[in-house]
Amino acid sequence: MVLYRFWGCLLISFLFFLPLLTSCTGREGSESPVTTTIVNVGSDTMVNLALAWAEAYHELHPEVSVSVTGGGSGTGIAALINGSTDVANASRQMKEEERRQAEQGGASPVEHVVALDAIAVVVNPHNPVDHLSILQIADVYTGRTTNWRELGGEDRPIVLASRESNSGTYVYFLENVVRRGDPDNDDLFSPEALLLPSSEVIGLEVAQNPNAIGYDGLGYVTPAQKTVQVGVDQYGPFVPPSIETVNDGTYPIARPLYMYTSGEPTGAIKEYLDWIRSDDGQRIVAELGFVPLAGS
Amino acid sequence: MKTPTIPRDVNWREFFVEQLIRLAGASSIGFVLLIFLFLIREGAPALLEVPLSNLVGQRWYPTFDIYGLAPLVLGSLLVTVGAIAISLPLGVAAALFIGEIAPEWVREILKPAIEIIAGIPSVVIGFVGIQVVSPLVREFSGAPTGLTALTGVLLLAYMALPTIISIAEDALDSVPESYRHAAYALSATQWQTIWRVVLPAARPGIVTAVMLGVGRAIGETMTVMMVAGNAARMPLGLDAFLRPVRTMTATIAAEMGEVARGSTHYHVLFVVGLVLFLLTFVINLAGALTIFRRGRGGGGRFLA
Repeated sequence: MVLYRFWGCLLISFLFFLPLLTSCTGREGSESPVTTTIVNVGSDTMVNLALAWAEAYHELHPEVSVSVTGGGSGTGIAALINGSTDVANASRQMKEEERRQAEQGGASPVEHVVALDAIAVVVNPHNPVDHLSILQIADVYTGRTTNWRELGGEDRPIVLASRESNSGTYVYFLENVVRRGDPDNDDLFSPEALLLPSSEVIGLEVAQNPNAIGYDGLGYVTPAQKTVQVGVDQYGPFVPPSIETVNDGTYPIARPLYMYTSGEPTGAIKEYLDWIRSDDGQRIVAELGFVPLAGS
Repeated sequence: MKTPTIPRDVNWREFFVEQLIRLAGASSIGFVLLIFLFLIREGAPALLEVPLSNLVGQRWYPTFDIYGLAPLVLGSLLVTVGAIAISLPLGVAAALFIGEIAPEWVREILKPAIEIIAGIPSVVIGFVGIQVVSPLVREFSGAPTGLTALTGVLLLAYMALPTIISIAEDALDSVPESYRHAAYALSATQWQTIWRVVLPAARPGIVTAVMLGVGRAIGETMTVMMVAGNAARMPLGLDAFLRPVRTMTATIAAEMGEVARGSTHYHVLFVVGLVLFLLTFVINLAGALTIFRRGRGGGGRFLA
């Protein structure tokens, strides 16, 4: 009996772990001695970009290694306040409250704009709706419009996909689209909105579900989602999100991406930030679907 | 004749080991108490900062200081009750099959296989949920989205199953063989023996299994966060299972990482944790009470 159980266990464990074994054949690269490590924490929107920068920079300067972690803009800023990161990535500006906390802790955060980002509004590729005004998008996300028919689409309920409420993208979208940039407007996302934990989950839901509408950084839009052309009002012009339209300012939902340092950066951190804003650094921005800074 | 004397150091060792075990036993209670105190310490400021009418409200918009806990509490209860409603009958049936009906060699394969289910990381289950279960739920139920309470319920039921099966099977196993023999001697069929003798006798153990299953379901975080949609709506009405739902665990997991330490939102998240803790405690207490109230005399009286 005991034997049966033993072999049963072994067989099942083996079958279960087989795929893992084959994927564990990583090889050790030749490491040069690292002398400086820059810790870089923050925005999930920026995490792929920050990783690409870190890798490219490490190739150029093997003595500097940048460790990148996501978690969200708030996480990055909190880490900067606690002193557990050198550079915080944020897809929104620091809040007054956070700045105050930082100053209480003896840090004086300095802001650096490192790239631009456009928020794309995405729908399922089978959805015939291809352009929306900001007001229409706001009505959809507040729950005033609940059927695609009202937007010129099929007779289907609208499913709202949103980022979690602590995401910088959520706050940006709320302030600039749902509230249309009006500080006196206190509209909120509909309580029916799905708050999804990552860009990937939003992408999946929109790609799978013909009822869904989502929003996310342009860099995260995959061909399985359809971007909607956005107009400032119902008369248009309706502009598709792209590197050109964000740079020339015609696409209405765009924002800067920030890195924060504690005090003016010096030494390796300053060199890293300077490189990020150089042509080489900005080329990577474009490769990842974000929008490079003008003038580079 | 020489009476064997226990050497002094064995006595000492005995004493030492005994105390160590006593300490280990007491410490688990101590830790629970400390966790409880910690939750109170971190959560209490919220009760001063946020009016109670806000906390019991129906809207959860923490970014705008609207901290209504009702949708979160109801959301957790909804998915937990749903998951147990599915996994209890399935789990007990599986335990009966493994413990009473299956031949020895089937049992020796099934038991470790079920234990492996318990070892699947919840992210993996969540991923399967998003990719496979959620589109199926949307297509078959006609719900606007597949990220619904039902999707969470199905996955949680799956995750609670190994706990329920293992413990229920142990409970069935501990029913004395003489009960079964007695039933058969009275010419009861196998099913009558199982349903009227073994199952009632194993009842306290099965209640424990359900309690642990509830604990698993209500405490599960990652899977629910991935598949249940996390919309903080009030899950009332008949279609609540086919709508998204936000649980307390997913709320804490999604928001705790980004909240400024010491802020109102931070304290409120600890209140959510406190409510979750108390809820689990009350459910377990209720389970324990039903066992004690019925007495522990075994299942004989159910035969009457």
